[in-house]
Amino acid sequence: MDFFILMLGFPLVSGLLLTVFGERAWAPNLNIVASLGTFLASALLTVEIVAYGPRFAFGEMFFIDSLNVFFVSLTAFVGLTTSIFSSPYMKNEQEHGRLSIPRLRLYKSMFQLFMFTMLSALTTNNLGVLWVAMEAATLTTVLLVSLYRTPASLEAAWKYFILCGVGIAQALFGTILLYFAAERVLGETGNALLWTHLVEVKGQLEPTIMALSFIFLLVGYGTKVGLAPLHNWLPDAHAEGPTPVSAVLSGLLLNVALYAILRCKVLADGAIPGGFAGNLMMGFGLFTLVTAAFFLSRQKDIKRMFAYSSIEHMGIVTFAFGMGGAVANFAGLLHMTMHSLTKSAIFFAVGHATQKTGTQLMEDIRGLIKINPVIGWGLMLGTLAILGMPPFGVFASEFMILTHAMKYHPWATPILLTALGVAFAAIFGKVQPMVFGETHAKPLPHAPAITPVFVHLSIVLMIGLYIPPYLTRWFHEAARMLG
Amino acid sequence: MSAVPFSAQIINLFASVILLLAFAMLGQRRVMPLINLFAYQGLVLAMSTAVVAFTTHQHHLYWSAGLTLLLKALLLPWILHRLVRRLNVKWDVESLIAIPTTMLVGVGLVIVAFNVALPISQLSNTITRGTLGIALATVMLAFLMMITRTKAIPQVVGFLAMENGLFLAATSATYGMPMVVELGIALDVLVGAIILGVFFFQIREQFDSLDIRNMEKLKDS
Repeated sequence: MDFFILMLGFPLVSGLLLTVFGERAWAPNLNIVASLGTFLASALLTVEIVAYGPRFAFGEMFFIDSLNVFFVSLTAFVGLTTSIFSSPYMKNEQEHGRLSIPRLRLYKSMFQLFMFTMLSALTTNNLGVLWVAMEAATLTTVLLVSLYRTPASLEAAWKYFILCGVGIAQALFGTILLYFAAERVLGETGNALLWTHLVEVKGQLEPTIMALSFIFLLVGYGTKVGLAPLHNWLPDAHAEGPTPVSAVLSGLLLNVALYAILRCKVLADGAIPGGFAGNLMMGFGLFTLVTAAFFLSRQKDIKRMFAYSSIEHMGIVTFAFGMGGAVANFAGLLHMTMHSLTKSAIFFAVGHATQKTGTQLMEDIRGLIKINPVIGWGLMLGTLAILGMPPFGVFASEFMILTHAMKYHPWATPILLTALGVAFAAIFGKVQPMVFGETHAKPLPHAPAITPVFVHLSIVLMIGLYIPPYLTRWFHEAARMLG
Repeated sequence: MSAVPFSAQIINLFASVILLLAFAMLGQRRVMPLINLFAYQGLVLAMSTAVVAFTTHQHHLYWSAGLTLLLKALLLPWILHRLVRRLNVKWDVESLIAIPTTMLVGVGLVIVAFNVALPISQLSNTITRGTLGIALATVMLAFLMMITRTKAIPQVVGFLAMENGLFLAATSATYGMPMVVELGIALDVLVGAIILGVFFFQIREQFDSLDIRNMEKLKDS
């Protein structure tokens, strides 16, 4: 059995099934089972790739190597835990009268189709199809962001659609230019957008066109990553959408967009001498990090604050990949993994906390530890992890990025340290009273699913203390791919 | 200067009509004529693609031309027309900046676009290379329209016009993208338009208007 087909088939088929049967009582279970199937298939696919090396699927349409299989398994894993988390969460929302049954059907089918678009974006070999899948990922989530139909959520969804639409249009122009550069070398066959062909001739691509193309691609896909100054859609979409959507947007969609940039960077690096692409990414990364860090302290809404924290971390990762080289790429990949796991765990905890207190305003959330110690500790530990406290995994990756920056780009170190310090003060100062302190919250009709929070956090903790050699080898392999 | 072949002249003529229509859209104050202008732009785009297909014998471009005609000259304008009628909005298009000013900014953008496109068209050897600057200018003008308009429907027309410009860029630089990509893009545009249609009704239900200025609550302060 081909695990690749299963991996793409599960979300597609279940997404379509849920469109029809999404109102049945067993629909949430189908959602979980399909996500479990996707995860198992991607885990087996990973084993296969690590053991036997890269492979194609459907002719040369799809290409799986250790770099994207790593993103695939991460995406499938967070997708699985999110579907487990969302089952009781959405039932609670329904009983609070915030969501009707047809909207829950929309949520479940769009969630699976969203997984499908992301997994196809990750595994496609064709840079044009990558664009199509990225745009489709936006389209599937627009209606999810506006699921509550409140004025604020509609505004957020509109902003999300228009800003990401403009961004993705830039990326399309970049792709056209890339195709133009490639056609001069590869000729007018259909192969000129296939990454595996492009990477073989990357040294012959016209540098001027590639530079222009990479700028458009970086700005375009960068909009979806949340790189400043085009990050405005991100806090709104995260704060106003339902929490499971915030978790997958933050934990997965940003990664997939960054993955698209990385694939293009490999080509741009080959074509343009002098580290042009890397410098551009370093600049964008630092600017994003600083902007997000200073916006953090001004936030009043808890989901908004953690959305800004996602922007901050995407800035760090972009900076790391911009530095390039084996160590920085390894650290970048590790940081992306840690961020995905930690941030989605935080959003799970935040989701339960806001349901219990009935508000997203941080001033009104107090004393979580007294209502539900598990949620309180989950939020506290998650916050400590995302702030880069040892012994969590984020510390390990941030430490590697910092030391690498000190060695090769010392000018960036003070900026990095200041931004990290500001972010720490802002987030910790706000989370601490929310967890401890007096409270007046009520119990929920459906017991929350807490397990995903702690599964994520324990993986992050484990990687902070000890990275299994299997994982190290795999990360090294993927980092080598990025040059 | 050497003589430009007749077909290239035709293509250049169509491209300039597309640019002219982009300016006309920028200056248009009413919703219905704006949608019609968008439909004309799609029609001219399809015609110019067909001419390119005929002169260069790129058969897949006939398909692209047909797809453009169907989607951008017929289907999308029809959807937009229906939406406008169903939502019963026939108001004037309001602009954040006075329309003559936006036209002047637009002229500036065209100059920028031509300068950016110059190095690329010099490297290109397609018959359509002269139109790349026009394509980029169309994208930028549509972008300008999206920024300056305050109502939802003109913003969407701007979004779709931007896609027209990108399509023109693809045909002029490389004789079009591979078929699978073009089909995917067309599908995305269509699904996007349908989702937006759903979205208009949701916005209207909540705000009693399609004025985007109602939606400025989400701010960082």
